[in-house]
Amino acid sequence: MSAAASDVPLHRQLGLTDDEAALIPELLGRAPTDPELVMFSLMWSEHCSYKHSKPLLKGFPTSSPRVLQGPGENAGVVDVGDGIAVALKIESHNHPSAVEPFEGAATGVGGIVRDIIAMGARPIALLDSLRFGELTSARSRHLFTRSVAGIGHYGNCIGVPTVGGEVSFDDRYEESCLVNAMCVGVLGPGGILRAAAQGPGNALVLFGNRTGRDGIGGASVLASAELDEGEDKRPSVQVSDPFTERKLMDCCLELAEGGTLVALQDLGAAGLTSAASEMAAKGGVGLDIDLDLVPLRETLAPAEILVSESQERMLAVVLPEKLDAMIAVCRRWDLDATAIGTVTAGENLVARSGGEVVVDLPARLLADDAPVYDVPRVPAPASPPLDPAAIPEPGDLAGAWADLLARPNIASKRWIYERYDHLVGANTIRRPGGDAAVVRLPGSDKAIALTTDCAERHCEIDPRGGGRASVLEAARNLACVGARPIAATDCLNFPNPEKGSTGWRLAEAIAGMAEALTALDVPVVSGNVSLYNESATRSILPTPVVGMMGLLERADSSVGHAFAHPGDVVLLVGDDGVLDASEYAALPGGFLPDIDVSREVAAIEVVLRAAEEGILRSAHDVSDGGLAVALAESAMAGGVGARIAVDPGRRDDEVLFGEGGGRMLVSVAGDAEAERLTALAAGAVRVRRLGEVGGDAVAIAIGPRSVALAIERAREAYERGLPEALA
Amino acid sequence: MSTTVAVLRFPGSLDHDSAARAVEGLGATAVEAWHADAELPEGTDAVLLPGGFSYGDHLRCGAIASRAPIMDAVRRHAEAGGRVVGICNGFQVLCEAGLLPGALRRNATLSFVCRQMDLEVADADTPWTSGLESGSVVSIPIKNNEGAWYGDPASTRVVLRYRDNLLGSTDAVAGVANEAGNVMGLMPHPEEACDALLGSTDGQLVLAGLIA
Repeated sequence: MSAAASDVPLHRQLGLTDDEAALIPELLGRAPTDPELVMFSLMWSEHCSYKHSKPLLKGFPTSSPRVLQGPGENAGVVDVGDGIAVALKIESHNHPSAVEPFEGAATGVGGIVRDIIAMGARPIALLDSLRFGELTSARSRHLFTRSVAGIGHYGNCIGVPTVGGEVSFDDRYEESCLVNAMCVGVLGPGGILRAAAQGPGNALVLFGNRTGRDGIGGASVLASAELDEGEDKRPSVQVSDPFTERKLMDCCLELAEGGTLVALQDLGAAGLTSAASEMAAKGGVGLDIDLDLVPLRETLAPAEILVSESQERMLAVVLPEKLDAMIAVCRRWDLDATAIGTVTAGENLVARSGGEVVVDLPARLLADDAPVYDVPRVPAPASPPLDPAAIPEPGDLAGAWADLLARPNIASKRWIYERYDHLVGANTIRRPGGDAAVVRLPGSDKAIALTTDCAERHCEIDPRGGGRASVLEAARNLACVGARPIAATDCLNFPNPEKGSTGWRLAEAIAGMAEALTALDVPVVSGNVSLYNESATRSILPTPVVGMMGLLERADSSVGHAFAHPGDVVLLVGDDGVLDASEYAALPGGFLPDIDVSREVAAIEVVLRAAEEGILRSAHDVSDGGLAVALAESAMAGGVGARIAVDPGRRDDEVLFGEGGGRMLVSVAGDAEAERLTALAAGAVRVRRLGEVGGDAVAIAIGPRSVALAIERAREAYERGLPEALA
Repeated sequence: MSTTVAVLRFPGSLDHDSAARAVEGLGATAVEAWHADAELPEGTDAVLLPGGFSYGDHLRCGAIASRAPIMDAVRRHAEAGGRVVGICNGFQVLCEAGLLPGALRRNATLSFVCRQMDLEVADADTPWTSGLESGSVVSIPIKNNEGAWYGDPASTRVVLRYRDNLLGSTDAVAGVANEAGNVMGLMPHPEEACDALLGSTDGQLVLAGLIA
């Protein structure tokens, strides 16, 4: 906030448009004070207000009998039966991670964990969806390795297992990397806590870390404008303290279980301003805050205290008679806790400093009344099919297969997930490296399965199809571990919606996601939007990340992707793939056939039913790298190969490496089980018998031609890919 | 009467709940022992120091925790012949407290490592390996950043060794005991290997040492 010594009006320096600045005095009936203007600039930023995306998000299905809390709170909550409720949310921390990847990614994890804690839930799992430029770029290697280090540092230190996620590398993310973090928690016996402040006379308590200058302006300066080269925004990035977060988590859970809190809210983007205005607006009450009481790390101006994004802080509403007990619990956890204000009967957020009122305005103006914009929806021209001549068919198909397995986008992600504690809590049933993580729900026979997915290459060509594909892939990953999808959270990462066709792509992707979610009967219960992910030279691929949760009624019934026993029958459920938008082709553009949502949902249902009937030995989603890569992955995981025969298609490499078609590769114990599975398809879903498990290679006959890859060679390529790209 | 195991809790402890569950799975009773208390809970038969990041691992892993008020009580318990096991950060605390020989250094990989490991029993004549034969192998995961034991194996009771010395421990040491054998520390997490659903029950063989 270097406001002075400039001819540029303060509101523009803060990121408000002239129209928005003109609207504020109209709403207030007077000119805003400087602290008020700063608060408006943050709360009316895209990051806090969703002013460009709000109208579009209405298209998502958000209800089901399981939904206890839909979008609009710190996290969504669903009922999984037996009196257990699970909270989930995904959120971006893209821009901070592009500026300082370690702290940016670490505080991204910290923020999403506090969202779960604020619901009164104990975090039990983390996932991360990451996108970076190609690893041939030194800058991307730096951003990637430091982001992974930051995620690991935070997650490992707070004792929440990082059980899954995904990463891919594409030049389009070179200057705008994506770091999306998802957290899942189990509600405690105290039930759902909400953010709505209630009860005039109740105390407002700020607890956790002290407030400092870190992160000031983060919400508006970083998250809602394009990043320009050379501009030093480092002071705006927050600094992480996972040790304090762990204490804060234990403290909040103790308070929640003791029924000590009326309301709870974490301090994230826009700090106290956002937390206080949202708590007041949601509760329809006012708050009167004395800024002189806020514990500080350094001397700060009133406006700075109001917008500091110092991490590991929470704001609670407490009954006056429980205040001493609440502060005593915080002290036991070595945490600062200070009553900084009270709930009032009005609707105004009042802040005082040095005995003077510096802020006095209706909280809803900040929290709810940001202007809403319709984004321009200019359709992008359709992309023609790939020119087959642009992809010469390799003479050595086995060599091409091994090369594909070593590509960072396909290769083993062991280098990443072994840096994360994916076990802490002793509930991780299926570890990273499979289709979805499976985590036992403590104290029950049930388990949840978790995945994050996005079909960004598909979204670039056809955003509606890509939106469908992202949701359906997440559902396939859950089905392959035997879990029925029950809830989703989304993180919509897009470039500047005010430019070109981005607004149209955003609308189309949301429409496609909504179609698939509706067909699956999976509600969106929480989410986040990250726009302006572009620089002067590059904009990201449309990346609507889907975090999805599935339920296993019996924790011991999950299915893995490893081939198990020689002689098992290998089957393919689903249709054919194409080279357009595939990892193998690695070319921009292409044309993708329309996704038949109901047909793909029916295929998912076949695999789910087979899992529930206990006839699956293995199941694996066929995604990047196509059928050949899926076969190799199942073979490597099980240490046993397969003998496969498939019909020729347009080209052999398309049969092997083509993507799409909503396919899942499964194995069953024998012919009787294969027939049962085929019967489940009832003719509405294509099920093909491909061959049998066995041998120490995957051998594929494509009509008269055959290609084989030894497991050992596959493993060498698959394990080498990522470390080699980073060396 | 079942055995009562006091599971220590420092600020930053992470594995206390799973350790308590593992101990109870062996038929013992788990009770929490708070870092700031001067005495172990009444009726404590054995002590478990769980993994995590006590006091944020500030200064050095385990250094601050080794001087916490509760540690005087743990020392008296150990000196009286009571059983004590330290897992991961708990192992680091016991080394810092001088109750076990050696020290834990940064992993040779220069990174945090979470991986299932094969461990070979080097000394079957301890309470922690009484159900195992010398040379037999157990599968227990590691998850640490400072897990490379450094010390003098010739003067140390080495209990467990890694088959793959990924972390760069002296002589591939994964776990050690004091001379009397009643105090043991190990970097791998036996509490994460006490349930077939999670892939291994071998951790129960180690934690059985807590049960008299």
